[in-house]
Amino acid sequence: MSEKLNLTLKVWRQEDTNQSGNFVTYPVADVNPHMSFLELLDVLNEKLIKEGDDPIAFEHDCREGICGSCAMSINGEAHGPVKSTTACQLHMFNFKDGDTITVEPWRANSFPILKDLVTDRSAFDRIMQAGGYVSVNTGSAPDGNAIPIEKDKAIEAFNAAACIGCGACVSSCKNSSASLFVSAKLAQYSALPQGKPEQKQRVLGMVNKMDEEGFGHCTNTGACEATCPKDISVKNIGIMNREYLKALVD
Amino acid sequence: MNSKILDSKIPSGSLERKWTDYRSSLPLVSPANKQKQNVIMIGTGLAGASAAASLAEMGYNVKAFCFQDSPRRAHSIAAQGGINAAKNYQNDGDSIYRLFYDTIKGGDYRSREANVYRLAEVSGNIIDQCVAQGVPFAREYGGTLDNRSFGGVQVSRTFYARGQTGQQLLLGAYSALSRQINTGKVEMFTKHEMVDIVLVDGHAKGIIARNLVTGELEKHAASAVVLATGGYSNVYYLSTNAMGSNVTAAWKAYKRGAMFSNPCFTQIHPTCIPVSGEYQSKLTLMSESLRNDGRIWVSKNKGDSRSPDQIPEEERDYYLERRYPAFGNLVPRDIASRAAKERCDAGYGAGETGQSVYLDFKDAIDTMGQDTVSARYGNLFEMYGKITGENPYKSPMRIYPAVHYTMGGLWVDYNLMTTVPGLFSIGESNFSDHGANRLGASALMQGLADGYFVLPYTIGTYLSKEINSDMVSTEDSAFDSTLKESEETIEKLLSNQGNRTVESLHKELGLIMWNNCGMSRNQEDLDKALKEVDELKKTFWSDVKVPGRSDSINKELEKAWRVSDFIELGEVMMHDASDRKESCGAHFREEYQTEDGEALRNDEEYNYVSSWEYAGENVPPNLHKEILNFETVTPTQRSYK
Ligand SMILES: Cc1cc2nc3c(=O)[nH]c(=O)nc-3n(C[C@H](O)[C@H](O)[C@H](O)COP(=O)(O)OP(=O)(O)OC[C@H]3O[C@@H](n4cnc5c(N)ncnc54)[C@H](O)[C@@H]3O)c2cc1C
Ligand code: FES
Repeated sequence: MSEKLNLTLKVWRQEDTNQSGNFVTYPVADVNPHMSFLELLDVLNEKLIKEGDDPIAFEHDCREGICGSCAMSINGEAHGPVKSTTACQLHMFNFKDGDTITVEPWRANSFPILKDLVTDRSAFDRIMQAGGYVSVNTGSAPDGNAIPIEKDKAIEAFNAAACIGCGACVSSCKNSSASLFVSAKLAQYSALPQGKPEQKQRVLGMVNKMDEEGFGHCTNTGACEATCPKDISVKNIGIMNREYLKALVD
Repeated sequence: MNSKILDSKIPSGSLERKWTDYRSSLPLVSPANKQKQNVIMIGTGLAGASAAASLAEMGYNVKAFCFQDSPRRAHSIAAQGGINAAKNYQNDGDSIYRLFYDTIKGGDYRSREANVYRLAEVSGNIIDQCVAQGVPFAREYGGTLDNRSFGGVQVSRTFYARGQTGQQLLLGAYSALSRQINTGKVEMFTKHEMVDIVLVDGHAKGIIARNLVTGELEKHAASAVVLATGGYSNVYYLSTNAMGSNVTAAWKAYKRGAMFSNPCFTQIHPTCIPVSGEYQSKLTLMSESLRNDGRIWVSKNKGDSRSPDQIPEEERDYYLERRYPAFGNLVPRDIASRAAKERCDAGYGAGETGQSVYLDFKDAIDTMGQDTVSARYGNLFEMYGKITGENPYKSPMRIYPAVHYTMGGLWVDYNLMTTVPGLFSIGESNFSDHGANRLGASALMQGLADGYFVLPYTIGTYLSKEINSDMVSTEDSAFDSTLKESEETIEKLLSNQGNRTVESLHKELGLIMWNNCGMSRNQEDLDKALKEVDELKKTFWSDVKVPGRSDSINKELEKAWRVSDFIELGEVMMHDASDRKESCGAHFREEYQTEDGEALRNDEEYNYVSSWEYAGENVPPNLHKEILNFETVTPTQRSYK
């Protein structure tokens, strides 16, 4: 497994939102298979800087698969070929010597490209601001054990809440729908008693905002679930749709 | 020299009553006056997001800044293991006093009693608040909240959400923040980096921020500025912190007159995935909670190259259980880390490099079953598997200590205000509660205590006095002159065009720090390393190469600026480690140890918080000392035997 790899990267380069971009090819030699994909980009960037070129801009922070910063399609798949894995946790032992790898930013109208692989995902924040919370002021909470919550319900809520907001679901959906992201937040709150009082406003607020931000509609292809690095389930979308209809007729 | 400048403003009265009595005597700011006041919050991790939301709920106008593209991505998101609170839900004898005592003792008697007691006191409210927000904590079958135990304590008081506690707590604080952004009380500036503090008549009245997309330098004015900018572990280059974690905001504050305390108190976490190669960009933590059920061992034979399953039970040295029978694998972090280093340095380490020890779950799987182990640690095991390609259910994990957390930070008084009037610091960026060593699951507690329950009240001590002064505007000449300095720094970095990449300089700094001011320190190395850092600073400014422009996204420019601040911090850390001629907590001076290799504290001479004051470019900083008064506990030699 410690055989070094020789790879060819085809990376999307784009100066800023207003200019058009294109793929640029870079050979990368002697890649240690234990590197992460982002470390591969680091190594390439060091080389580009030394040669007087502009390094590739990409988002990253935790490099542990939890902050949701890293966002890139690798060979056409959001976060690359390994299931339940973010780009920062994708290690090069998953590739073969001689591979050509294309790397490009999320593609969605609601996520404009800012530079190279960096997109503007602030639409997600705005959706959250439209209702992704329980209205409880600091200091006004009852004792933590005042409301018992079934273990299964807590787990259900946790599983939905595990979303890292990376945007892979939007990028892999042919309609650029944000349904998986939005429904995960809604499902977390609907599993818990704390979420009940504001359920109606929440679903209307977040779903309407999602439409306003220009995300497309869900046509149940399931591509989002398949590429989600945190295995967020499409069942949440069912919960969202039911809640939304109920809120409309209420 | 016991400096008069450092007035900790600890209220009088008994330890148990201090905070309650003080809080009810704090001057109030009327709703009408709150409306007129702006607070700038730098950082929206646990500390900053919770504070910004709470201040906005109270009626203040808040401008909040973070360098990530969303507040939800702050470094806090990565915390795994849990958050402490003295709820005594397990009925195992826990209490506010016990949490207070454990924290003081764990910090090796280098923190303030009053601050730590307050922290323990509000810890329970944090859990209540988070539950009300819908944070999905782990629960028992009966529906009540579940707890686990953590290093350095003998009760079970840690609340958790699988191995993603930080994520869930941050998303809770982020939701509260989002709600306030929606009401218009908080204006959020993402992808903005604070590059300087603006002082007007000696008070912090604003900041210069760089828009990281357009590169524009912006001026923002306020009645007070709060730094919630996290820790500085990345001074070591390799650490478990997020790549962007930096000291820049705190450093600018330092250079504008805020004192920096205990910079050499840096925590090395015992359970991280070992370094695998040159290209390594960061280290991955395996939560300390693993030490609850995992057993740590190495071979009893030097240089044993057998695979772990070939090493029979009687040839395994469970060295923590052997040396510390009372706490075993649950000794505090500093002790666990040094014990691992000791075994590896003595030639007993595991793996190809000999720089790792085993963390074994075989007994846990045998007694509890794989399902229970997986329910507790599933995602950590998965993460380990992804990174190493090995299966920890089958063979033991290999771990080694790594830099993880910084107890040092900006000096603050009981109100969390720095030595610059109007400038506050909360969360990991201040020095306040953990002394020389932080206990596991206590950083999340401190961040949220500061943000939800302390700062929103104590900031009133300052703001109530400001209601009569005119609101400072960005028209003030101080803003232009500060902005000009920032422009010059950017210009200097971009026009240099030397031969060294930022990354290579950062790596070099990291090695100097790790080798000389890391897990153990001695005078000779510190003296040598101080010169090396000084040289590196010269090399940086003469030879750094920063590509690109200032008016667009330029990640190298961001990094270069941060590394230049880390280099200066490195120097002050060396001064601090040299000054402290004792071993305490995470600060282990080889010259000061007991016969069996335990830390030897010196309370006669070093019972103080060191606070460093900037004295000018290329001049050693001035040391001020805040003497610690222990009224309730008596400092004793820590023993976990
Ligand atoms: C891997 C890992 C696991 C951990 N697990 C635990 C645990 O289980 N329990 C526990 O108690 N603790 C844990 N810790 C420690 C804990 O996570 C941190 O101490 C804590 O989250 C720090 O929170 P904070 O709000 O102070 O800062 P951070 O979360 O670091 O937030 C800093 C904020 O400041 C902003 N910022 C920084 N500089 C600037 C600037 N110049 N301009 C603008 N914005 C800026 C950032 O954008 C960010 O929003 C862990 C730490 C690590 C590394
Ligand atoms: S960098 Fe945080 S998820 Fe990849």
